[in-house]
Amino acid sequence: MTEMWYNAAFAVLVLCCAMCLYRIGRGPSAPDRAVAIDILGIVVVCFTGLLALKTGKDYYLNVGIAWAILSFIGSIALAKHLEGKGFDE
Amino acid sequence: MSEIVGTVLLVAGLVFNFLGCVGLIRLPDVYNRLQAATKCVTLGTCLLLIGVAVLAGGGAAPVIVKALLCMVFILITSPTAAHALARGAHASGVKLWEQSVADKYLEDREPGVTNEEA
Repeated sequence: MTEMWYNAAFAVLVLCCAMCLYRIGRGPSAPDRAVAIDILGIVVVCFTGLLALKTGKDYYLNVGIAWAILSFIGSIALAKHLEGKGFDE
Repeated sequence: MSEIVGTVLLVAGLVFNFLGCVGLIRLPDVYNRLQAATKCVTLGTCLLLIGVAVLAGGGAAPVIVKALLCMVFILITSPTAAHALARGAHASGVKLWEQSVADKYLEDREPGVTNEEA
Protein backbone atom coordinates (compact mmCIF):
# COMPACT_ATOMS: atom_id res chain seq x y z
CA MET A 1 0.00 0.00 0.00
CA THR A 2 2.71 2.46 1.00
CA GLU A 3 4.72 1.44 -2.04
CA MET A 4 1.81 2.40 -4.27
CA TRP A 5 1.54 5.87 -2.70
CA TYR A 6 5.26 6.47 -3.15
CA ASN A 7 4.92 5.46 -6.80
CA ALA A 8 2.00 7.88 -7.23
CA ALA A 9 4.08 10.72 -5.75
CA PHE A 10 6.99 9.90 -8.04
CA ALA A 11 4.58 9.82 -10.99
CA VAL A 12 3.40 13.36 -10.16
CA LEU A 13 7.00 14.56 -10.04
CA VAL A 14 7.84 12.83 -13.32
CA LEU A 15 4.84 14.62 -14.86
CA CYS A 16 6.20 17.95 -13.53
CA CYS A 17 9.60 17.19 -15.07
CA ALA A 18 7.92 16.29 -18.37
CA MET A 19 6.13 19.66 -18.41
CA CYS A 20 9.43 21.47 -17.72
CA LEU A 21 11.10 19.51 -20.52
CA TYR A 22 8.23 20.42 -22.86
CA ARG A 23 8.86 24.10 -22.12
CA ILE A 24 12.62 23.66 -22.56
CA GLY A 25 12.09 22.09 -25.95
CA ARG A 26 9.29 24.34 -27.13
CA GLY A 27 10.07 27.70 -25.47
CA PRO A 28 10.07 30.43 -28.10
CA SER A 29 12.95 32.43 -26.60
CA ALA A 30 16.08 31.75 -24.57
CA PRO A 31 14.69 33.16 -21.27
CA ASP A 32 11.78 30.68 -21.47
CA ARG A 33 14.27 27.85 -21.53
CA ALA A 34 16.32 29.35 -18.70
CA VAL A 35 13.19 29.62 -16.51
CA ALA A 36 12.21 26.02 -17.25
CA ILE A 37 15.74 24.81 -16.41
CA ASP A 38 15.58 26.68 -13.09
CA ILE A 39 12.23 25.04 -12.22
CA LEU A 40 13.48 21.62 -13.28
CA GLY A 41 16.40 21.97 -10.86
CA ILE A 42 14.01 22.63 -7.97
CA VAL A 43 11.72 19.72 -8.89
CA VAL A 44 14.69 17.33 -8.82
CA VAL A 45 15.32 18.33 -5.17
CA CYS A 46 11.80 17.04 -4.42
CA PHE A 47 12.82 13.70 -5.94
CA THR A 48 15.80 13.46 -3.61
CA GLY A 49 13.63 14.32 -0.58
CA LEU A 50 11.11 11.61 -1.41
CA LEU A 51 13.89 9.08 -2.07
CA ALA A 52 15.46 9.87 1.31
CA LEU A 53 12.07 9.32 2.97
CA LYS A 54 11.38 6.08 1.11
CA THR A 55 14.76 4.43 1.68
CA GLY A 56 15.61 6.02 5.04
CA LYS A 57 19.09 6.90 3.71
CA ASP A 58 20.08 10.50 4.38
CA TYR A 59 22.73 10.77 1.66
CA TYR A 60 20.07 11.37 -0.98
CA LEU A 61 19.53 14.77 0.65
CA ASN A 62 23.25 15.51 0.23
CA VAL A 63 22.60 15.12 -3.49
CA GLY A 64 19.62 17.45 -3.14
CA ILE A 65 21.64 20.20 -1.44
CA ALA A 66 24.42 19.97 -4.03
CA TRP A 67 21.84 19.99 -6.83
CA ALA A 68 20.16 23.12 -5.40
CA ILE A 69 23.51 24.94 -5.19
CA LEU A 70 24.55 24.01 -8.73
CA SER A 71 21.11 24.87 -10.14
CA PHE A 72 21.26 28.29 -8.44
CA ILE A 73 24.73 29.03 -9.84
CA GLY A 74 23.63 27.90 -13.29
CA SER A 75 20.53 30.10 -13.23
CA ILE A 76 22.53 33.16 -12.16
CA ALA A 77 25.07 32.52 -14.90
CA LEU A 78 22.33 32.17 -17.53
CA ALA A 79 20.64 35.36 -16.29
CA LYS A 80 23.90 37.31 -16.48
CA HIS A 81 24.48 35.95 -19.97
CA LEU A 82 20.96 36.98 -21.04
CA GLU A 83 21.56 40.44 -19.61
CA GLY A 84 24.60 40.72 -21.86
CA LYS A 85 27.13 41.24 -19.09
CA GLY A 86 30.22 39.40 -17.93
CA PHE A 87 30.11 37.25 -14.81
CA ASP A 88 32.00 39.71 -12.60
CA GLU A 89 29.83 42.79 -13.08
CA MET B 1 -0.63 12.34 14.62
CA SER B 2 2.71 13.32 13.09
CA GLU B 3 2.05 10.85 10.29
CA ILE B 4 -1.17 12.67 9.32
CA VAL B 5 0.50 16.10 9.45
CA GLY B 6 3.47 14.86 7.39
CA THR B 7 1.25 13.25 4.77
CA VAL B 8 -0.88 16.37 4.43
CA LEU B 9 2.26 18.52 3.98
CA LEU B 10 3.65 16.06 1.42
CA VAL B 11 0.45 16.00 -0.64
CA ALA B 12 0.11 19.80 -0.45
CA GLY B 13 3.69 20.12 -1.71
CA LEU B 14 3.01 17.78 -4.62
CA VAL B 15 -0.17 19.68 -5.54
CA PHE B 16 1.66 23.03 -5.50
CA ASN B 17 4.49 21.59 -7.60
CA PHE B 18 2.03 20.21 -10.13
CA LEU B 19 0.07 23.48 -10.41
CA GLY B 20 3.30 25.46 -10.78
CA CYS B 21 4.39 23.25 -13.67
CA VAL B 22 0.94 23.56 -15.29
CA GLY B 23 1.42 27.33 -15.07
CA LEU B 24 4.77 26.92 -16.78
CA ILE B 25 2.95 25.43 -19.78
CA ARG B 26 -0.30 27.36 -19.88
CA LEU B 27 0.61 31.00 -19.25
CA PRO B 28 1.28 33.35 -22.16
CA ASP B 29 4.69 34.99 -21.70
CA VAL B 30 8.00 34.66 -19.86
CA TYR B 31 7.12 36.91 -16.94
CA ASN B 32 3.77 35.28 -16.20
CA ARG B 33 5.35 31.85 -16.41
CA LEU B 34 8.24 32.93 -14.18
CA GLN B 35 6.03 34.28 -11.44
CA ALA B 36 3.62 31.34 -11.48
CA ALA B 37 6.20 28.61 -11.66
CA THR B 38 8.80 30.03 -9.28
CA LYS B 39 6.48 30.86 -6.42
CA CYS B 40 4.37 27.71 -6.64
CA VAL B 41 7.31 25.37 -7.02
CA THR B 42 9.29 27.04 -4.22
CA LEU B 43 6.36 26.75 -1.80
CA GLY B 44 5.63 23.20 -2.94
CA THR B 45 9.21 22.06 -2.47
CA CYS B 46 9.43 23.68 0.96
CA LEU B 47 6.19 21.99 2.07
CA LEU B 48 7.39 18.65 0.69
CA LEU B 49 10.72 18.88 2.51
CA ILE B 50 9.00 19.83 5.79
CA GLY B 51 6.73 16.83 5.24
CA VAL B 52 9.79 14.62 4.73
CA ALA B 53 11.30 15.97 7.96
CA VAL B 54 8.05 15.32 9.88
CA LEU B 55 7.53 11.82 8.45
CA ALA B 56 11.16 10.77 9.00
CA GLY B 57 10.41 11.00 12.71
CA GLY B 58 12.52 10.58 15.84
CA GLY B 59 15.10 7.97 14.85
CA ALA B 60 16.37 9.76 11.73
CA ALA B 61 18.03 12.99 12.88
CA PRO B 62 20.30 13.36 9.77
CA VAL B 63 17.30 13.26 7.43
CA ILE B 64 15.52 15.97 9.43
CA VAL B 65 18.55 18.27 9.64
CA LYS B 66 19.41 17.88 5.96
CA ALA B 67 15.81 18.30 4.79
CA LEU B 68 15.46 21.54 6.77
CA LEU B 69 18.87 22.77 5.54
CA CYS B 70 17.82 22.03 1.96
CA MET B 71 14.52 23.85 2.53
CA VAL B 72 16.17 26.99 3.91
CA PHE B 73 18.63 26.97 1.04
CA ILE B 74 15.90 26.75 -1.60
CA LEU B 75 13.89 29.43 0.20
CA ILE B 76 16.88 31.81 -0.11
CA THR B 77 18.19 30.98 -3.58
CA SER B 78 15.04 30.43 -5.64
CA PRO B 79 13.64 34.01 -5.46
CA THR B 80 17.14 35.36 -6.11
CA ALA B 81 17.49 33.28 -9.24
CA ALA B 82 13.98 34.23 -10.39
CA HIS B 83 14.70 37.93 -9.93
CA ALA B 84 17.94 37.66 -11.89
CA LEU B 85 16.19 35.73 -14.66
CA ALA B 86 13.41 38.32 -14.92
CA ARG B 87 16.00 41.10 -15.19
CA GLY B 88 17.90 39.12 -17.80
CA ALA B 89 14.76 38.43 -19.81
CA HIS B 90 13.77 42.11 -19.76
CA ALA B 91 17.27 43.26 -20.71
CA SER B 92 17.48 40.76 -23.56
CA GLY B 93 14.37 42.35 -25.05
CA VAL B 94 11.65 39.76 -24.60
CA LYS B 95 8.29 41.39 -25.34
CA LEU B 96 5.45 41.37 -22.84
CA TRP B 97 2.18 39.63 -23.65
CA GLU B 98 0.12 41.92 -25.90
CA GLN B 99 -2.66 42.24 -23.28
CA SER B 100 -0.29 43.38 -20.50
CA VAL B 101 -1.34 46.81 -19.23
CA ALA B 102 1.86 48.29 -17.77
CA ASP B 103 5.64 47.89 -17.84
CA LYS B 104 6.86 49.73 -14.76
CA TYR B 105 10.41 48.44 -15.15
CA LEU B 106 10.70 49.92 -18.64
CA GLU B 107 9.34 53.27 -17.39
CA ASP B 108 11.87 53.08 -14.56
CA ARG B 109 14.83 52.40 -16.83
CA GLU B 110 13.87 54.80 -19.64
CA PRO B 111 11.67 57.64 -18.32
CA GLY B 112 9.13 58.92 -20.82
CA VAL B 113 8.70 55.63 -22.66
CA THR B 114 5.38 54.02 -21.78
CA ASN B 115 4.13 50.62 -22.68
CA GLU B 116 1.75 51.95 -25.34
CA GLU B 117 4.59 53.36 -27.44
CA ALA B 118 7.01 50.51 -26.89
